[in-house]
Amino acid sequence: MNSAFIDFMRIRFLTMLAYRVNYYSGILIYTLNIGVYYFTWQAIYGSSGEIGGFTAAQMTTYVAVSWMARAFYFNNLDREIAADIRDGSIAIQFIRPINYVMVKMMQGLGEGIFRFLLLMIPGMIIAILLFPVELPTAPSAWIGFLVMLFFSFIINSQINVITGLAAFFVENNEGMMRMKRVVVDLFSGLIIPISLYPDWLSTIMKVLPFQAITYLPGSVFTGRVEGTGIWNVLGIQVLWFVLLLIPMVLIWRQARKRLFVQGG
Amino acid sequence: MLAIDVKDLRKSFNVQKSRGGLKGAFQDLFKRQYQEVLAVNDISFQIPQGEICGYIGENGAGKSTTIKMLTGILVPTSGHLSVGGYVPYQEREKFVKNIGVVFGQRSQLWWDIGVIESFHLLRKVYRVGEQDFRKRLDELVERLQLQELLSRPVRKLSLGQRMRCELVAALLHNPGIVFLDEPTIGLDIVVKSEIREFLKDMNEQHGTTILLTTHDLQDIEALCSRVIMLDAGSIIYDGGLDHLKSQWGTEREVRFKFGTGHTMTQMQEWTAAMPVRWTVENELSASVWIPLELNVSDVLARVVGQADITDIQIIETNTDEIVRSIYQSGSAERPEIVSADKEAVGAT
Repeated sequence: MNSAFIDFMRIRFLTMLAYRVNYYSGILIYTLNIGVYYFTWQAIYGSSGEIGGFTAAQMTTYVAVSWMARAFYFNNLDREIAADIRDGSIAIQFIRPINYVMVKMMQGLGEGIFRFLLLMIPGMIIAILLFPVELPTAPSAWIGFLVMLFFSFIINSQINVITGLAAFFVENNEGMMRMKRVVVDLFSGLIIPISLYPDWLSTIMKVLPFQAITYLPGSVFTGRVEGTGIWNVLGIQVLWFVLLLIPMVLIWRQARKRLFVQGG
Repeated sequence: MLAIDVKDLRKSFNVQKSRGGLKGAFQDLFKRQYQEVLAVNDISFQIPQGEICGYIGENGAGKSTTIKMLTGILVPTSGHLSVGGYVPYQEREKFVKNIGVVFGQRSQLWWDIGVIESFHLLRKVYRVGEQDFRKRLDELVERLQLQELLSRPVRKLSLGQRMRCELVAALLHNPGIVFLDEPTIGLDIVVKSEIREFLKDMNEQHGTTILLTTHDLQDIEALCSRVIMLDAGSIIYDGGLDHLKSQWGTEREVRFKFGTGHTMTQMQEWTAAMPVRWTVENELSASVWIPLELNVSDVLARVVGQADITDIQIIETNTDEIVRSIYQSGSAERPEIVSADKEAVGAT
């Protein structure tokens, strides 16, 4: 592997660090989101003990960890790629002996490491102090969650890359990128856990890649999936990682032929 | 050996056609119409190693499209293409290691990081050895006087400073073939001539092949032994700059200022039996147009003896004018030479 990849990651991390003040507000926004959903779920639960297989305490933990996971895996690779394509600077990427998509993924990872250390961990500590979050006690839940969190990042970034590259084929993929954002937040189980959807809808969601981003790692963290079950849900993530490579490579290859550098 | 070999190269784009009006907009929503636009129309040329070749043409003539095909960014619609022994769009990653590209209108440095960091990153991207990199960098930095700029972030550089850094970025891996797409655009005269000198030296020392597009014909005059001129996707001239000048610059102008007034008839009498023509600005100043085959001194000898001259100026046709007239006529074929007499009569 080209050693420049590590540098792309490092430089993105340092650039983010240089602008870190911009991201302090992020901690506040994520904490606010957790608060809104926490109180909403409190009201919905009332005196009932369990909804969709979640106890009220599990739901609080799920909401907190899901939003904080999003603080880590979220990135704007789709917008960056679309911007490169629209303003024509993608041309510069083609004259370098290095794979553009890999460069973008590594930049995303650099951003992810920044978000993990300076957004997710401080945010999680604040959430634990403010809300009754139950941390898992089994080491397997911790290890399983962290490994799965990494795959959440990869799968989300793969979806972002695919959406971004769509700018090669349509003149303006702004709408597509917005739709993707809503679909990921909704179908990944961030806003409502998958098990709370009607049966027919949750069946559909289980064959889509989005649940692998939030719902599956969240289930491990809340202890709803334990022991060998963790291997199964991790398996689903790995499967989606491999499956999503196929459209990524195909679209990239096709894009090479379609390339129409805008602006002369 | 040939550095660049192009045969019947063609690139066409499908451009969406928008129909006018509300009705048209609705129709476009359901069924789009496309129009094929031919950007480069079956061009062929060969550039041997070590040559500096200018590639000129009006905006939209297809220059950039050609450069993008030669650098592997665009895939040609048809035709044969070989650059440095590779087909650019096929073995892209191997191919680009041997070329350097500067786009005057786009930066290839990273905006947020220091100049030197950008260079180090490029070293890794191109997998240049540490020692080779040091040597090359020192050489380039010294030649282009970048010492003080190295630690600055790219976004804080002036255009001239940035362009010199762009050159270094494109040349760090010591490419054999360099493509420059309007490298001097927007630069002041000092930086322009610095860059020209630098390119010339590089060509002489390393035998680098350079293909250069520009709108500044002084770039061409300073650097190129050969020009390829493009118009509407086709090559209309391919050859030496001298040849172009001698073919189009058919006459030289000598401008006189007189101390006392002279009439047109007087002037024609001075040069009687010579195939020259006069144009008169006013009583005290006039020009004589002398064909290339005639000696300027012969004409001068006749005039100087008879007229009261205060100033003489000899003007060579410059390339700008030649190129402008070629663009206007759309062909580099030599125009018919207008008979000297007819013009002169018309001017009185």
